[in-house]
Amino acid sequence: MSSTRFDAEARQGLAMVSPPLIYAVLMLAAPLITILAYSFFKDGYLEVVREFTLENYRAVWSDPIFHKVMARSLGVAFAVTLATVALAFPVAYFLSFVVPPERKALWIFLITIPFWTSYLIRVFLWKVILGHNGVINSTLTGLGFIDEPLGFLLYNVQAMVITLAHAYAPFAILPIYVALEKIDRSLLEAGRDLGESRLMTFWRVTLPLAMPGVVAATLIVFIPTIGDYVTPELIGGGKMPMVANMVQANMLALDNKPMGSALAVTAMLIVAVVSVIFLFLNRRFLRVKQ
Amino acid sequence: MKGSGLRIYAIAYLIFLYAPILLLPIFAFNSGTIIAFPLKGFTADWFMQMLANETLRRAFLNSLIIALSSAIFATCLGIFAARASTRFDFPAKTGIMGLIMLPLVLPEIIVAMSLLVVLLAIGVQLSIFTVILGHTLICLPYTIAILSTAFNSLDKSLEEAAYDLGETKWSAFRLVILPLVMPGIISALLMSFTISLDEFIIAFFLAGNEPTLPTYIFSQLRFPKSIPVIMALGTVLVVMSILLLTVAEYFRRRGVARTGGQDHGGFL
Repeated sequence: MSSTRFDAEARQGLAMVSPPLIYAVLMLAAPLITILAYSFFKDGYLEVVREFTLENYRAVWSDPIFHKVMARSLGVAFAVTLATVALAFPVAYFLSFVVPPERKALWIFLITIPFWTSYLIRVFLWKVILGHNGVINSTLTGLGFIDEPLGFLLYNVQAMVITLAHAYAPFAILPIYVALEKIDRSLLEAGRDLGESRLMTFWRVTLPLAMPGVVAATLIVFIPTIGDYVTPELIGGGKMPMVANMVQANMLALDNKPMGSALAVTAMLIVAVVSVIFLFLNRRFLRVKQ
Repeated sequence: MKGSGLRIYAIAYLIFLYAPILLLPIFAFNSGTIIAFPLKGFTADWFMQMLANETLRRAFLNSLIIALSSAIFATCLGIFAARASTRFDFPAKTGIMGLIMLPLVLPEIIVAMSLLVVLLAIGVQLSIFTVILGHTLICLPYTIAILSTAFNSLDKSLEEAAYDLGETKWSAFRLVILPLVMPGIISALLMSFTISLDEFIIAFFLAGNEPTLPTYIFSQLRFPKSIPVIMALGTVLVVMSILLLTVAEYFRRRGVARTGGQDHGGFL
């Protein structure tokens, strides 16, 4: 009896989920599988030749430009992630432990608003701030501090890191905040009662329990950052491509779809491997059940 | 006072988050043609030029059509997925929901490129319709996140009471469940509308020759002459986003209150 009930429920559930599922299969799974298949095909003139080859991957892995671009992407993404998570942690801590409960929703709303407002415009604004005739340069020359506009502000890796760290800042706060909210407050009192100082309680109780949130924040910032297209284009001036720009150039400008696909698949693999290693290093914290 | 250092830090952090955005209205109303301090004088010219621009009007119309369609499609699909995942147990649930939620963590360039390759391969003409396809896909996970909260805080006994009183499955859904999750639905609609309106990458690759507001902005960034108008346009876009989000947040909270749940705040 109970098994037929379960079957009925399973059928109903599957029927209910099928419209979004079919949509995701057609618009997401199928395209991703196509990219994977293309990466093993040959590039012919104006078309893709459906013949199995590992040549694309061989070319990608031995391409010094790809090494450089991938290293730059990883470097930028690491720096951005580190900056974002480190800067976000105290804010998340403040939200969870200091802000009174009735004000929390307002604070979170204030923090998430910039994240939802035009990403492109926020990136472009950094170009306005750091540019040759930008806000910083024109202010400094106007005040007479410098004679010539500073040239080192824009079109370099540091500018890209600042821009991306600003763009993804709110992203890091929420997962850390959620993890901190889950901490049983009596554990902290217990730590204090057992004679630990405030700092030691934080170090030995709060921080380990917050680590799942920190890990989630790290990945949630790292993954989209490494695939960013707009910032290298605008802030890097097109001369500092990251992996997304390289994929796009191969897919469209050079019209070598198998090569572009192999690049995209390789980049996704590298991101996946880095994420898995990161999760593995933090497995101690993730096992903790609260 | 406890945490006053942290409070100062948090406020400084908020200022850092908002400072660049505050430059938009400052330069949108500045009469100087270059974006630099000191400011020249007050003008509304850039907004006038913005309104008079033919391509911009077309981009605005395209963006509205895309955002409206994507919001409706994504929310409809999201209702099915959220209802299924909160109410039923079915095989491969984790995998199925994982696939549907995947665009949340996938870089947009991957979504855009793979979709573009497939659309080109099967010979679909790029237009605002193809952008709607992509935007529906990336808005879907957000609508599910919002709607799941709405469906989750629903009391199952209300639905059962409706059945006991002789309602059919559909009429119980329409008369009991739908009104209770309506604030969640409105919140999901507004949210996806905002995401679609601001989305650049997918629109850039899938729109063909049709401009949307973000791709129009991107095309104009190369020309220093058009930057003041872009600042005016940016101001309008940001104000619109903030208004939409505030209304979305209002409905989300009302939804939580209506179903008697506890408010944990925030969209995620």
